[in-house]
Amino acid sequence: MNPVADSRLSADLLRPVLQTTAKFYVAIAVLGAVVLCGVATWGYQMYYGFGVTGYNWPVYWAFHETNFVFWIGISHAGTLISAILRLVNATWRRPVTRCAEIITVFALMIGAMFPLVHLGRPWLAFYLIPYPSERGLWPNYRSPLVWDFFAINTYLIASVLFLLLPMIPDFALIRDRASGWRQKIYARLSLGWHGSPKQWHRLESAMHIMALIILPVAVSVHTIVSFDFSMAIVPMWHSTIFGPYFVAGAIFSGVAALILVMAILRKILKLERYLLPLHFQNLGKLLLLMSLLWGYFVFNERLTTWYGNSPHEMNVFWSTQTGAYAPLFWAMVLLNFVIPFPLLTIRKLRSITSTVIASGGVVVGMWLERFLIIVPSLARKAGPYSWGSYAPRWPEIVIMISSFAAMALLYVLFSKLVPLVSIWELKVGQHPKMKTAAEVQDAEAAGELA
Amino acid sequence: MPHRWGMAVDLDRCTGCEACVTACHAENNIPTVGPAEAAAGRAKHWIRVERYWEGEFPDARLKFRPVLCQQCDEAPCEPVCPTYASSHTSEGLNAQVYNRCIGTRYCANACPYNVRFFNFYNPVWEKPLHLQLNPDVSVREQGVMEKCTFCVQRINAGKIAAKTEGRELNDGDIKPACVQSCTANALVFGDLNDPDSAVSRLSQSPRGSKLLEDLGTKPKVTYLERESWHEPRG
Repeated sequence: MNPVADSRLSADLLRPVLQTTAKFYVAIAVLGAVVLCGVATWGYQMYYGFGVTGYNWPVYWAFHETNFVFWIGISHAGTLISAILRLVNATWRRPVTRCAEIITVFALMIGAMFPLVHLGRPWLAFYLIPYPSERGLWPNYRSPLVWDFFAINTYLIASVLFLLLPMIPDFALIRDRASGWRQKIYARLSLGWHGSPKQWHRLESAMHIMALIILPVAVSVHTIVSFDFSMAIVPMWHSTIFGPYFVAGAIFSGVAALILVMAILRKILKLERYLLPLHFQNLGKLLLLMSLLWGYFVFNERLTTWYGNSPHEMNVFWSTQTGAYAPLFWAMVLLNFVIPFPLLTIRKLRSITSTVIASGGVVVGMWLERFLIIVPSLARKAGPYSWGSYAPRWPEIVIMISSFAAMALLYVLFSKLVPLVSIWELKVGQHPKMKTAAEVQDAEAAGELA
Repeated sequence: MPHRWGMAVDLDRCTGCEACVTACHAENNIPTVGPAEAAAGRAKHWIRVERYWEGEFPDARLKFRPVLCQQCDEAPCEPVCPTYASSHTSEGLNAQVYNRCIGTRYCANACPYNVRFFNFYNPVWEKPLHLQLNPDVSVREQGVMEKCTFCVQRINAGKIAAKTEGRELNDGDIKPACVQSCTANALVFGDLNDPDSAVSRLSQSPRGSKLLEDLGTKPKVTYLERESWHEPRG
């Protein structure tokens, strides 16, 4: 890593927080307008009824549920990757972790909206909360949707904590540079941080504990999302492979999303000095690993179904291999495996651009994967009399587009709140001889660092 | 002993006239949605007559199968509902509590028979059709799942009538709308816990089978069909 002077580093990374350009307002206006369109469309769907969408009997789950699984999958980018990298103490992680953790929190928040959007009567969603009602009614704890409710809330709380903990020293840094109301807010946010060795020690222990907690939580969350499907006796849903298959797919799409976000930030915030080809290369390797793992799971799932030759399952199987859904299926294989594999394995082809291309393909491919899990099975359940099909109408599409805009909007707004690359962690990384963040801080205060 | 309601459907008698479908719509305030919406897959029929062709022309046979909620003992729709809107009654019915339904549609996905229906819009009855609404059955608003109830309003009315007259409920006292309207007597309803009831005897028939029996849902609807139909002719 090229060493960057610490003072320059702070200035570079704090610039987006402290200075606001016209571009920022334009971005907020455009993204905000798209998000508002999505919210209005949801209102339209609620007011006129679900009939405005393409949903029909028997395909009662489609785009909204696909987006739900997709965004929960994307949320595995962050916390899981950053927790693993922290635990194995991979030094190259430092500029990457915060980007990743932010994706997790926002993707979860967006993903958690879709179970509300997909409800026929979202105004009664509070029935899912276990509150002592006058009628003594509780949610049904046997329902995977209730498991989802708890799993996602647990993951959201844990990943918010995991994001906030390493931000405390950076909050303190901004507090020391800002003035007026900003200073007051950051003084609150930094929780009285003054950088004593005791505080550093506690922060590092807390982060270590959170990293250990978040790993099983993240794995369980996407397993429980897969239970929404695998618990039902629907052909090709009722499968034991779904837990690990969904977790692998989630990390796969999560890494791809992380690479895309990093590339965009690198360009827009001019972080070329911090997000280096090395980071893209290492994350590209992780993407390749997940691509292989994903391909392995898909092969297993398909082979056992085909060999088992159960008539109900074969109807769904052939509809995705050669039937109406075949173009989507083979596009998915192309995007998730055939394209990324050479781009990420052949050394000559490996570059930031090619990694970004592969990642973009994977994000689309993984969206298709979720769609192909949900819709063809419902369209081809046991009785051929009640077979159906599904095509989206504009409300689902607008809501989906607005979810992507919401992700970008939240990211842009967040860039005003904290530096998107963790300043103190980078500083620690620049001085490998010093063991702790406290030592680096002391040296900086003594003026030993340029 | 509590009642355990069940039905036998004699496929050898069914003519596919769809009187049961019409009666069900009238009895249970099920709105029709018009041709465009029906083509888009929004039609609701708590009972439907499935039509199957067996064999190749000219040696083909047309078969009808009325399909309604199978009122399973091990109903896949019940455990998946997050709010207990879909739940089991003490008399073995798969009840749908409209007020508790938030519209996840999970029950419909889990149901292998596809006999659960979602209200895509608020129901509308063009005048003067609104005058035919059955006051004993609530109408369902948009966003709610609905399904065959075995005409639970008629079951309750029958029990109350027997109680006021101070007598036991007799087999055949209660007839859901589909059973009442079946001209061929293909549908028989009654108490499976009463060993002498017609439905109990028919359910024991060697002609009987359950729909998608291998899924283990334990339906309370039995389909009766001559075995010889499955043998190749000629």
